[in-house]
Amino acid sequence: MSGANGLNLTLKVWRQKNDKDKGQMETYQVADISPDSSFLEMMDILNEQLIEEGKEPVAFDHDCREGICGMCSMYINGEAHGPGRGITTCQLHMREFNNGDTIYIEPWRAKAFPVIKDLVVDRSGFDRIMAAGGFVSVNTSGNTQDANAIPIPKADADKAFDAATCIGCGACVASCKNASAMLFVSAKVSQFALLPQGRPEAAERVQNMVKQMDEEGFGNCSNTGACEVECPKGISLENIARMNREYLSSSFKKEEV
Amino acid sequence: MSWFKRTFSSSIGRKFAMALSALFLLIFLLQHLAINFTSVISEKTFNSLSHFMGTNPVVQFALQPVLIFGVVFHFMMGFILEIKNKSARAVRYAKNDGSANSSWMSRNMLWSGLFILFFLAFHFADFWIPEMVYKYVEVNPSDPNRYYEEVVHMFENPIRVAVYCLSFVFLALHLLHGFQSAFQSIGARHSKYTPAIVKLGKLYSVAVPALYIFIAVFHYLAH
Repeated sequence: MSGANGLNLTLKVWRQKNDKDKGQMETYQVADISPDSSFLEMMDILNEQLIEEGKEPVAFDHDCREGICGMCSMYINGEAHGPGRGITTCQLHMREFNNGDTIYIEPWRAKAFPVIKDLVVDRSGFDRIMAAGGFVSVNTSGNTQDANAIPIPKADADKAFDAATCIGCGACVASCKNASAMLFVSAKVSQFALLPQGRPEAAERVQNMVKQMDEEGFGNCSNTGACEVECPKGISLENIARMNREYLSSSFKKEEV
Repeated sequence: MSWFKRTFSSSIGRKFAMALSALFLLIFLLQHLAINFTSVISEKTFNSLSHFMGTNPVVQFALQPVLIFGVVFHFMMGFILEIKNKSARAVRYAKNDGSANSSWMSRNMLWSGLFILFFLAFHFADFWIPEMVYKYVEVNPSDPNRYYEEVVHMFENPIRVAVYCLSFVFLALHLLHGFQSAFQSIGARHSKYTPAIVKLGKLYSVAVPALYIFIAVFHYLAH
């Protein structure tokens, strides 16, 4: 359907049978790709081609394909979610590439994100960090207070909302030269720390989430800012500074129990 | 584990400690520069300040050990963080475009830092150890007017001047990221004052190393 504008591309894709396999880059050719197709549609075309050839299709994570679920996780030509800013891989279109290009497609690389198969990595480390404190304990007895009954300054509400737009895709970890999860954790710490409902458990929360983050084997923050640039939701480094303040002040002030 | 040990063995605690030692070294660099710079303006002032710094017991036996601890702590912690960071990504990317999202300086703090460390080793062997031997081993009589002549003599050697110049270029690269990074690590970030910190950082990172270079080149050319 693409006709004269169709792109002929060389793809270098990471193939790995399972978490035990060493894995390697494989080279594939795809022809006549429409510039209007999304990157994931191009991957679908590659997989159809591989199936027709009797080969194993490339495993990759995807779900909503509209930039809100955070599942798609490809490291394309040396950048998380590929070229372009404020987008996930599913929002990347083939018009960003030129006919004859070679495209490198790799999984997120981090010790804390082990490869399950091909481009699929295990991001359950993020789930364990959330389980360690990324929540507000509420009374579910039927007497739950109406959230609107608590006055919240507009500036705080906006910042909390901005932090809460994090979709947990892991592009921050993938982009960071240290595979640090600070941007993700700081967004989750901030979205609660900025609101009065989150304050009673704030000290406990930041301590437990940072402890879990460190145990998962993520690296330290070098403040390069790569995470902020590559984040599809534009989560700010301001959140990392806030988490540093929350963590340090709670370390010095919190009563030990 | 005590709360103190737990805090300072966490990722955030380690970066906090790194930043505190960095801020301390930033102040030291200014103090060192201020005294060195008087050698350009007045021989008498430089000699009297150097004599004070070289003989005052508080400076020699209290502040000097603190400074050495600060320097050693900063690079040891730098190595510890680097090893941990490297181990957080066991398999490297086949293709990685770091320049797409971060500055060269921020990605190469280890290399600029290592070059500065080599310079410090040179500076110790070249200046500090002979000075200590002169004062405390050979116990030479205190001469309050020897310092200026020594500086002039030091910078007669073009190789030493070149080493100084190159080292301070690496210091500038290190500071261009390090200055504002230290404030971020201690959590000091706000839309009200962060733009000022970034500007001050750029000014400090360029001006301070440039003035150190100026002093070396000035003495090389002036005598």
